[in-house]
Amino acid sequence: MDPLQAYETWKALMVSGDTLAWWQEFYVKFYQAFLLEDRWMQYLDGVGTTLLATALALLMGVILGVVVAVVRAAHDQQRPGKRKNPVLGLFNAIFKVYVAVIRGTPMMLQLLIWAFVVFKSRQYTMVGIFGLGINSGAYVSEIIRGGLMAVDGGQMEAGRSLGLNYLDTMRFIVIPQAFKAILPAMGNEFIILLKDTSLLSVISGQELLYFAQAIGTRNYEQMFPLVGAACIYLVLVLIFTCLLGKLERRLRRSDRR
Amino acid sequence: MIDVKNLSQSFGHQLVLDNISEHIYPGEKVVIIGPSGSGKSTFLRCLNLLETPTSGTITFEGTEITDPKCDIDKIRQHMGMVFQHFNLFPNMTIRKNITLAPVRTGLMKLEEANDVATTLLRRVGLEEKADAYPAQLSGGQKQRIAIVRALAMKPKVMLFDEPTSALDPEMVGEVLEVMKELAEEGMTMAVVTHEMGFAREVGSRVLFMDGGHILEQNEPHAFFANPKEPRTIEFLSKVL
Repeated sequence: MDPLQAYETWKALMVSGDTLAWWQEFYVKFYQAFLLEDRWMQYLDGVGTTLLATALALLMGVILGVVVAVVRAAHDQQRPGKRKNPVLGLFNAIFKVYVAVIRGTPMMLQLLIWAFVVFKSRQYTMVGIFGLGINSGAYVSEIIRGGLMAVDGGQMEAGRSLGLNYLDTMRFIVIPQAFKAILPAMGNEFIILLKDTSLLSVISGQELLYFAQAIGTRNYEQMFPLVGAACIYLVLVLIFTCLLGKLERRLRRSDRR
Repeated sequence: MIDVKNLSQSFGHQLVLDNISEHIYPGEKVVIIGPSGSGKSTFLRCLNLLETPTSGTITFEGTEITDPKCDIDKIRQHMGMVFQHFNLFPNMTIRKNITLAPVRTGLMKLEEANDVATTLLRRVGLEEKADAYPAQLSGGQKQRIAIVRALAMKPKVMLFDEPTSALDPEMVGEVLEVMKELAEEGMTMAVVTHEMGFAREVGSRVLFMDGGHILEQNEPHAFFANPKEPRTIEFLSKVL
């Protein structure tokens, strides 16, 4: 019996109310969740969107995070007693509000607001990625700020004493050192972001969970698609955890040279 | 060369420097000694504005650097500084440590900076360490590199902030040797140190600081032979 035939026979029996052996039932549910009409391609599509969304949101989050962190660190590091730079003060205040609002509201609610209040666009996936990036930027900025402050103050002093300006000292001396310190926390943020892309499904962003739910709805059977999606997320996270561990070990090796 | 007028510095309510006026002349080797907490490091760090004075003015070759409109980065390019904890950049090779500032500030092209680095490294006997990282060097080697890094900017004055205090005793000599050579070449130097031997041998003037004041100063032989202030006598009796 070829697989499709088996599925159709047993499915018909199931619909008519007959009891099947457990393995026959399992086969039917598995087949309709993943194999029927090449549905596995939909999961693959979803994984593609999930990875793309993670990458784009992370990129956006890191760019935003670096800008916010550098401005906030620069503001805090101004020489005490001197008149503060007003432009820096303004941006510092704006960024503080940004971090507070983003960290103080649920990500799902933010996505709903971006999609249905602010943009009202049909490009739900892109809007979702944008929302994720904005959200991630707030968290990443705090991670980076912590990393920048963890670099020994003598490094900044040494750079400045050589006549380098603030930005050059940051760029060549402080940020590269901060990078190593923040890598574990950034890895964590990356993994959280990867899983949070599943929230795109609430605004019809077509990522992995969106397809899993759609298939479940079509089959009147949620367990197999949902558990299947969970397994895919788990495998993705395990792969990236392993890669991050490798990267960290490599960076640490350069310390002991 | 550096003129300090009525310099005061306080951290919160604590007055660290109390109305100091002093002048450093070209070619002088000023050695600043005193007990810890006396303000000697703060005084030195004020000279290139790593600390911003609460009041008073500092003038470097006719430019008032305490003026907020002064481009302090330009001034610092002419004032080398060496720190107690070396502060080499651990993420770069020794060569990059030395060439970064001259290249980024537009003082030299990369090849020229590399040549300067090689020449300076040869001078302190660390030529073969050019492609090593700071973590691979001993404390004495790091501090010699730190001096070279400052020298690569071709500074007019060098500030040393306790350059040998973080070193193992056996490594102090090699660093002082480099500083001595530098002094013999006529570099203007301001050195905060606890090395009395160095002060006596190399200094052209010794300042004794305590409680934010310069209590006493003299040329080194007279200073160590006949200290006048009771506080100076007490300090010297403890360290000599």
